Amino acid sequence: MVDVPQQSAPAVPPPAETADVHPPDAATWWGRWVFSQDAKYIALQYAGTAVGIGLVALVLSWLMRLQLGFPGTFDFITPEAYYQFVTMHGMIMVVYLLTALFLGGFGNYLIPLMVGARDMVFPFVNMLSYWVYLLAVLVLAASFFAPGGPTGAGWTLYPPQAILGGTPGGQQAGILLMLVSLILFIIGFTMGGLNYVVTVLQARTRGMTLMRMPLTVWGIFTATVMALLAFPALFVASVMMLFDRLLGTSFFMPALVEMGEQLSYGGGSPILFQHLFWFFGHPEVYIVALPAFGIVSDLISVHARKNIFGYRMMVWAIVVIGALSFVVWAHHMYVSGMNPYFGFFFATTTLIIAVPTAIKVYNWLLTLWRGDIHLTLPMLFALAFIVTFVNGGLTGLFLGNVVVDVPLSDTMFVVAHFHMVMGVAPVLVIYGAIYHWYPKITGRLMNEAMGQFHFWVTFVGAYAIFFPMHYVGLVGVPRRYFELGEVAFVTTPVDGLNAFITVAALVVGFAQMVFLFNFLWSLRHGRPAGGNPWRAASLEWQTPETPPGHGNWGHDLPVVYRWAYDYSVPGAPQDFIAQNDPWPGRPAERRA
Amino acid sequence: MSVVLVFILVVIGFSLWWLLRQRIADRPWLEVGPDPLGGPGDTGVATPRVALGVFLAVVGALFALFASAYFMRMEFVDWRPMPIPRIVWLNTGLLVLASVLLHCAVIAARRGDRPTARLGLAAGAVATLGFLAGQLAAWRELEASGFLLSGNPSNSFFYLLTGLHGLHVLGGLAALAGVAPLAGAAFAESDAARLRQRLELCASYWHFLLLVWLGLLVLFTGWAAELVDICRQILS
Repeated sequence: MVDVPQQSAPAVPPPAETADVHPPDAATWWGRWVFSQDAKYIALQYAGTAVGIGLVALVLSWLMRLQLGFPGTFDFITPEAYYQFVTMHGMIMVVYLLTALFLGGFGNYLIPLMVGARDMVFPFVNMLSYWVYLLAVLVLAASFFAPGGPTGAGWTLYPPQAILGGTPGGQQAGILLMLVSLILFIIGFTMGGLNYVVTVLQARTRGMTLMRMPLTVWGIFTATVMALLAFPALFVASVMMLFDRLLGTSFFMPALVEMGEQLSYGGGSPILFQHLFWFFGHPEVYIVALPAFGIVSDLISVHARKNIFGYRMMVWAIVVIGALSFVVWAHHMYVSGMNPYFGFFFATTTLIIAVPTAIKVYNWLLTLWRGDIHLTLPMLFALAFIVTFVNGGLTGLFLGNVVVDVPLSDTMFVVAHFHMVMGVAPVLVIYGAIYHWYPKITGRLMNEAMGQFHFWVTFVGAYAIFFPMHYVGLVGVPRRYFELGEVAFVTTPVDGLNAFITVAALVVGFAQMVFLFNFLWSLRHGRPAGGNPWRAASLEWQTPETPPGHGNWGHDLPVVYRWAYDYSVPGAPQDFIAQNDPWPGRPAERRA
Repeated sequence: MSVVLVFILVVIGFSLWWLLRQRIADRPWLEVGPDPLGGPGDTGVATPRVALGVFLAVVGALFALFASAYFMRMEFVDWRPMPIPRIVWLNTGLLVLASVLLHCAVIAARRGDRPTARLGLAAGAVATLGFLAGQLAAWRELEASGFLLSGNPSNSFFYLLTGLHGLHVLGGLAALAGVAPLAGAAFAESDAARLRQRLELCASYWHFLLLVWLGLLVLFTGWAAELVDICRQILS
């Protein structure tokens, strides 16, 4: 519990104040809490909405697992309903939860605080971004109540099946609401994304060079740039599919006979849709992963009381991963019948991406090496992330190779792989980040005992779910099957394993309820945290008030003198030196 | 997907070039002290201008992706090129004119010549409205001669892309309408800088949309396809 005194130094340069960033003061209750233009409130609105719709996706995953674990037991889970659960679970988790929470939630809260700005540069556009996002979520949720229910096309929405009568929602409102919701989401995100990028570029406080920014900001910034360039691909695909479905064009639709009847479509290319979808879809993996990388770097450094190892390499790796992720998309399409040379090219780029990623993993390990590791809740989640990301990444190396991918494609192995690497891993980071920044947002710490329970059940439980699932896939069980029954190509019985996975999933789901309870309970009963409970050096912990007030910094903006990772510096008065602390420190000593 | 790849490579290249000038080889763990770099406006460019640049990159990616889709869809046998109505060339002229007029307005605003700026702004807006009306006329002409939206993918692309481009132009007109009061009669001297800045942003947006439109024209006329063929022959 250390409250950082505001220190002043001789010959302090005047704090930078910018006319561009003047957060409008809200006069009314509505203006402050509902139509707020303060990035911190917008962040909470984003996070609340994302978690709300994420809970729906969590329930959908239980329903799916109930069907897979105990087929035939639940009458209300029809094959159509099962496909709808799969589709909505995937789309909500990837787009409406993970993307929105990392960029809209953490991005909004942390970017202005970490770079020393008063707010985002365009607060009104920022507010608009949230309301368009909320509209997108409502349109998506409305499809549960539409005639025919939501779309069951799979989260990839591949045509032609996505808009045909045989797919749930294909000829009803389901697919339309999904496409409209995606289009709205992209419009809303673009408004927010512009803010995050331009704030980092233009509104940093004096002394905050790019190379002094915490890696969290680097991760969110790079991911936002990628998202701004990748989401248009989903936009294009959605608009063109909407035309195919509503106006009878044939962008994606080939000539088709449905129920003995020739449809009016002809000549379109489903593969074109796949290219567009994965041109968005693969960068999306890193749009989720890069903020997680950044946040984990900060959590590890703070809770191991050691500077991040290889900061420059970490920054460069983030940028290189961001750039490379635009040239790997077709590794999702090895079985689409494309030219084998393309497969070779995309396998190569896919494997090259492992290099900067491995650099990051090594740097995390070297940061931990001989660190003063505090096994706090954020640290536990960060460690769990590293293990899980490595595990998921290793199976990614399998699937990145064409010859290994072809037999494994469309099996549960793929499902297990991507859940480990972009489901469990980023979610672990989100939890770590919430436990870490909760004191800054609320002024209180979350309950430790409930947190430990939540961590261990989630961590061990996630492995109980997904390790056996790899095996289920290896013996040949395909994904997207409502019910396996007796098939010749799966000779090993997997019923017992499937039931085990389902039970594990339900237990892990219960642990998340404990987390939610802890979150709400600690608002009132948590231990008061003070301004900087983790004794962290980065700027967001040095605000004059906790939680930070309107405009973040009181009268003067902070001036930054150093990077965000000065921990255990020899000769320093404390075991950390805040970024806005002018203590000189000799470089020769600091090298140690 | 080659068009969008080229576009992304240009964006990535620009970003890397910019990053390399931001001292990313610094060793922040050795350097302590208030640093002159960092802080508002350290890029030397005004914030709205940076925002417009980022936004145009997003719009550029959008149209580059459509162009990629256009080329890929064109390869299929059912593709029948569509004739371009004559009026489209008139529209193109109007859009060029609008761009030039707005640029004149910017020059006038920089000189502090408010009446000319106002004239340029108004004439630019009228020319842009003329462009949009002309595009609608082109749609009606095509419809009358039987080139319907769902008739052939080349028709579908024409309607979709002209429509989307038109929507972007409309958005620009809305922004221009927001600038108009600044150039109006109740004009305070303190607004001069704001008028200049916002006119510059509008003019940049218009130039960009003109560029996109010319790109689309190259697609619709089939020149792009011929160019690709020539390149292929040279390569093979």
